[in-house]
Amino acid sequence: MLGYAGKILRVNLSTGKITVEKLDEETAKKYIGGIGLGMKLWLANSKAGVDAFSPENPLVLAVGPVSATMFPTGGNGHAFISKSPETGAVGEAVSHGTFGAEIKRAGYDAIILVGKAERPSYLWIDDESVQLLDAEKIWGKSPAETEDAVKDELGDYYVRVASIGLAGEKLSKIANIINEKTRAAGRTGLGAVMGSKNLKAFAVRGTKDIVVAKPEEFIEMVKEFHERMKGPAAQKYRTLGSAENVMIQNALHCLPTRNYNNSYFDHAERVSGEILNERYIAKIIACNSCAMRCEHEAVIHDGPYKGTMARMEYDNIWALGPNCGVDKLDAIIKAADLCSYYGLDATSTGVTVSFVMDCHEKGILTHDELGGIDAHFGNEAALLQLIEKIGKREGIGEILADGVKVAAAKIGKDSDKLAQNIKGLEVTGYDLRCLKTAALGFAVSFRGADHNRSGAYAFDISGKVDRLKAEKGRGKLVKDSEDIYALIDSLIICKNARGTLFKELPDMSKLYKLITGYEMTTDELSLAGERINTLARLINIREGLSRKDDTLPWKVMNQPISDDGPGKGSVVTQEELDLLLDDYYLARGWTLDGVPTKDILTKLGLDDLSGIIEGKED
Amino acid sequence: MVKIHDRKFVSVDPEKCVGCQICEYACSFTKEKCFNPLKSRIRVVRVNQVANMSVTCRLCEEPACVAACPRNALSQSEDTGNIVLDKDKCNGCGWCIEACDYGAIMLHPETKVVYVCDLCKDKPDGPQCVKWCPEEALTLVTSDVLAQKARISAIKKLFQESKEKIS
Repeated sequence: MLGYAGKILRVNLSTGKITVEKLDEETAKKYIGGIGLGMKLWLANSKAGVDAFSPENPLVLAVGPVSATMFPTGGNGHAFISKSPETGAVGEAVSHGTFGAEIKRAGYDAIILVGKAERPSYLWIDDESVQLLDAEKIWGKSPAETEDAVKDELGDYYVRVASIGLAGEKLSKIANIINEKTRAAGRTGLGAVMGSKNLKAFAVRGTKDIVVAKPEEFIEMVKEFHERMKGPAAQKYRTLGSAENVMIQNALHCLPTRNYNNSYFDHAERVSGEILNERYIAKIIACNSCAMRCEHEAVIHDGPYKGTMARMEYDNIWALGPNCGVDKLDAIIKAADLCSYYGLDATSTGVTVSFVMDCHEKGILTHDELGGIDAHFGNEAALLQLIEKIGKREGIGEILADGVKVAAAKIGKDSDKLAQNIKGLEVTGYDLRCLKTAALGFAVSFRGADHNRSGAYAFDISGKVDRLKAEKGRGKLVKDSEDIYALIDSLIICKNARGTLFKELPDMSKLYKLITGYEMTTDELSLAGERINTLARLINIREGLSRKDDTLPWKVMNQPISDDGPGKGSVVTQEELDLLLDDYYLARGWTLDGVPTKDILTKLGLDDLSGIIEGKED
Repeated sequence: MVKIHDRKFVSVDPEKCVGCQICEYACSFTKEKCFNPLKSRIRVVRVNQVANMSVTCRLCEEPACVAACPRNALSQSEDTGNIVLDKDKCNGCGWCIEACDYGAIMLHPETKVVYVCDLCKDKPDGPQCVKWCPEEALTLVTSDVLAQKARISAIKKLFQESKEKIS
């Protein structure tokens, strides 16, 4: 089975039992790898309604068939999959770097963790040798400190490490898992699942050869993609990076500002990708095997935050900057660094801080309740103080550390109307009121509010559709885009490089064949993408979610855009959302309740899961 | 015989290197027909996020690895300056590894003898890492050319500074 290691490692952290199972060819082809394979393994190894923090909740780590090959961006991805403590739905988060390649070279396609370690531990995977080691000494450390300490202890400086920070240890539902110091599997709070298992880190060393089925043709394809990466398809990421979006979205008035109180930031140019590059970016580095480096490393050379280094991109700039009304780029970089220090998802943290600021300005949270923090929009000191509180889970941080949905439930006073989340997951930086294809994509995303489950926002922002209009046809756009994204996260390749897939399905089909030797037509691949999304839906149905959870934040539906501009007065009404949802479910062949039908399960080869839809189909 | 000043080696510009490890993949694929950084003759070091550089054999004028070998398994080619291994003599003791200041000579995980960059001597288009590097951070150069480049950039900087002072 070329392209696949052919093995799944299973570790029971309670008993210390370590076993290796075979990955069969049929499962590999059906679920590809990455999030597809990971969700399949999670479902097969968990019971309905399992608590996210229960030892019975498996945490799955998966790589894909492209991992550890030379295909640009292919070498470097890995995916974590579990039940999300934040959403109660399936949680998944993909990260890049070099960690994923090391797992593959160690000989595994996936790792299934169950149980709970008796004391703080880390998992040391050295090819076939797998050990659970004591982590008492590194408990409490940041992911970056943990990485250094683990390398020192193991005496091997090429070991790759993924770990949690204090936030994950303290079961913060917005905690992430960080690899190689700056890369994060950020969303859905899987860092807290690791923390609940007393697992501080994974340390991996893999020494095996990776061989592909058709080496000569494969290397030609790699060459071609290197060329594509020198061209316009990668231009954005090679230069300003995703931070370019700040000015683009501001110009379109779809840059959510001050917790969605505005859709336009009057000081956007101060936090733009242009200024970031000019003043702070010390180096743009690359993940393993990638020929279009896009990781922007910011270094602050003077002022109060001198010496700070952080990886910057649109998402953390937006969440910690315009979204909090903060226009000081050095403070935003410091805030991003603090998030990494505690192991917090920067997006969810920023949205939580903006929620607090909104609550404070509306009189819901007083100065005293905030422990004296002056949480006004635009106050960068408050931003940094609040992140510290969340990271340490102390003071007001106790209420905030689980994200906005939980915080709003604790605070009450209608604060849920200010809590920008879908299914419990905080929104990302796209004003959905004037990006209505994106609104549908966010509403149906199986992991909650996110732009990474479909590229739906791209149709709106590029002007391919009327972004202010909800109309039939958007369902199909979202479905097709979701299926492609699911494949990208399963192979695993990188979404930042998606522009280099000139023809997505044919390119991916060719890549899969050259690596694995298995024929996979574009139709079969497309079906696999659909299968993976349907599988995620089935998991969510099993966990109790339904159409009512495919919704939008209160402000998106009830607080029209106030700024002058093309979107002024726009919201997504319930009628519009219903129209979009109906259209999407129809495009997927699901019932109007959002339940996949028996026929669809048969078409996708998911008959074994028909028990989940029993009685829900009509 | 090539004069010592004509000897070329793979030089890495740390300003340009982004730590992508493509050189490692290109090397292991060329030499070993697989993708495995552990079998690459060039290795990437990331000291921190902004300090990246790959390292390979520099074809030293007085190669410490050759001097250190107690079994005379290593020699330097007079033609190219390449470090040449007599596999039958090498027993993998690792003295050359200790002697090399750059970590450029390594013990092969399977053959159990040492291996080092040979500038892809069997490839008509030269070292494959240089060819593949997407950042053009790798070059095949002589030490003379390196010195020339260093001089030019130092003087350019000097003139730039004096220009700024004038304006």
